[in-house]
Amino acid sequence: MAQMNLLQAINSALDIAMAHNDGVVVFGEDVGQFGGVFRATSHLQEKYGKGRCFNTPLTEQGIAGFANGLAAQGCYPVAEMQFADYIFPAFDQIVNESAKFRYRSGNEFHVGGLTIRSPYGGGIAGGLYHSQSPEGYFTHTPGLKVVIPSNPYQAKGLLLSSIFDDDPVIFFEPKRLYRAAVGEVPEDEYRLPLGQAQVLEEGQDITLLAWGAQVEVIQKAAQLAKDEGMSCEVIDLCSLLPWDQETVVQSVIKTGRLLVSHEAPLTSGFGAEIAATVQEHAFLHLEAPIARVCGLDTPFPLVHEKEYLPDHLKVFEAIKYSLNY
Amino acid sequence: MSKPDLATIQAVPDPLFIHEDALKISTFQVLDETGNVIQGIHEPHLEKDVALRIYHTMQFVRVLDERMVAAQRQGRISFYMQCLGEEAAIIASAAGLSDTDMIMSQYREHGALAYRGFTLEEFMNQMFSNECDLGKGRQMPIHYGSQRCHFMTVSSPLATQIPQAAGYAYGQKLKGADACTLCYFGEGAASEGDFHAGMNMAAVLKTPTIFFCRNNGYAISTAADEQYVGDGIACRGVGYGMKTIRVDGFDALAVYEATRVAREHACQHNEPVLIEAIAYRVGAHSTSDDPSGYRTKDEEEKWQKMDPVKRFEDYLLQKGWINLSEEEKRIEALKKDVLQAVKKAEKIDKPDLDQLIEDVYQTPPKHLKQQLQHLKDHIKKYPRHYPTTASRLD
Repeated sequence: MAQMNLLQAINSALDIAMAHNDGVVVFGEDVGQFGGVFRATSHLQEKYGKGRCFNTPLTEQGIAGFANGLAAQGCYPVAEMQFADYIFPAFDQIVNESAKFRYRSGNEFHVGGLTIRSPYGGGIAGGLYHSQSPEGYFTHTPGLKVVIPSNPYQAKGLLLSSIFDDDPVIFFEPKRLYRAAVGEVPEDEYRLPLGQAQVLEEGQDITLLAWGAQVEVIQKAAQLAKDEGMSCEVIDLCSLLPWDQETVVQSVIKTGRLLVSHEAPLTSGFGAEIAATVQEHAFLHLEAPIARVCGLDTPFPLVHEKEYLPDHLKVFEAIKYSLNY
Repeated sequence: MSKPDLATIQAVPDPLFIHEDALKISTFQVLDETGNVIQGIHEPHLEKDVALRIYHTMQFVRVLDERMVAAQRQGRISFYMQCLGEEAAIIASAAGLSDTDMIMSQYREHGALAYRGFTLEEFMNQMFSNECDLGKGRQMPIHYGSQRCHFMTVSSPLATQIPQAAGYAYGQKLKGADACTLCYFGEGAASEGDFHAGMNMAAVLKTPTIFFCRNNGYAISTAADEQYVGDGIACRGVGYGMKTIRVDGFDALAVYEATRVAREHACQHNEPVLIEAIAYRVGAHSTSDDPSGYRTKDEEEKWQKMDPVKRFEDYLLQKGWINLSEEEKRIEALKKDVLQAVKKAEKIDKPDLDQLIEDVYQTPPKHLKQQLQHLKDHIKKYPRHYPTTASRLD
């Protein structure tokens, strides 16, 4: 075990993956000798050579297309999109190509080795284009897996699983936590299962659900609620596609209440999918409407970032509203 | 020039703009319109068996295209695209490769797949979306693919295969395989952002990719002069720092030779090459298109006379490698085979309903299995409304 922040955990996962399999190739804008604008790929070129860790020209659609080809060839490309806000030029390659490669060819070809990593989320004064949480665009795409870790331990274990998973994975990293989140992380290889949620705290009165950087926000709100005698069950979803319906529905059947929280805008956010599914499977157990505490339906603002974000106080208020319903 | 460096730049005193005509790229030709080697041009070496394989693949594609356009008109298949006029560009370029090089195509390059030995039955099964189709009936007709033939499955979005071809070839280089990737696309697709992305990535990352542009004058109804104003597609290759050649797409021998040399260069130096083949789309864009709305009969007739198959046939006749009466018999037999294959393929069952959820992921996740079960229960309730699947449900 070692103390690692989230970036170090990701770097450790990449290092282990590259040592484990010669087909693992890491690339993107500035990831080479420089080691990435966040330093997630530090020293990898030094260790594994320019052939396996390198800079690409500045073209997201090119990076995604190149990664698709490399994966179709049998390699394990780990492509970096510098910010999730800039993944949209690659949207066509990801949605029309990566996601449909195996299906459309009848499994003659596939890009199962593909992983796309990208820092996402707000809270760093990033304004419109260094703050977005685009997971909802991708969870609407059959064929993709979408994974978002919330701490260093998860980041390493989930990234290693994502790289060697048989399907293409979009791996969003909460950049606000890159250096802020520090924890015990095994130095050796370990993998955490995709598609499985994690119950962080057990509780009786309400289920709180989030992923990525938002997990610590709902934990903080759960603590405020606890101080006032309310018992919250806190779940970290970890994987959004496919997502762990069973764990969430079981929890709601027990507590009778659900609050989902994400940074992305409310309308058509992934919270809507969860709310609809839970009301279908736990209708007779629900004691209050399912609450969604999310970003506003606006572009991500600079000066009003604090007001925009679904912080612990907004979550706390929604918990009380639900319990008093 | 790699990094710009003012110290080594050659300065000029006047604002001298480079004229767009400064780089007029010439066209490589070997055979004239009657199949004779043009005087003063070195005749490339082409083995007799390769020449015959090219020629017979051309015949096959001609017969197949004619028959399948008719089958679409009769409503037997939903869609078709023929490659009339572009047979030499496609089939002779495939012949310039090694059979284990990867081919990534747009959609009008089934001649390359035929050259690789994709069988008549395999073509039919795909077009009729039956249960023998390698693609399991999921894609529109002509979206072929075959791992065995090293021919990447076609997808409809244009130019997406261009950066993919750079990545695929990079993998070949990384593994030290003596192999390259050839990527076909039309001049219309070359206007997509993925063309720029893929070409530049291949050049910068030094991948053994051959980019092969079929410049056939039209992207559906859009004539090439509404597609670009530069010197075709070839001049762009030079801009990306790539070895580039323009070739007469009606001349199988020139296409073969250009591709053979391009392959040698790509594999030996791990560098991409661009080939632009000048051709003409003699047929309609697809069975959903009528070109009379955007071009004249005169124009079409002018190009129809430049038949690439006839030109190569004339060359082979002069070589004494073929005999016309034998070839006529062969074509008659081929027509019968194709007709039989149509009848056979249309009688084969459609893929099982379970195929609907297979291959979305390597293993169907729980929610997909639930959705399939729900669908089956529904079909059982209304069997007459779903005749192809209802009777086969357990």
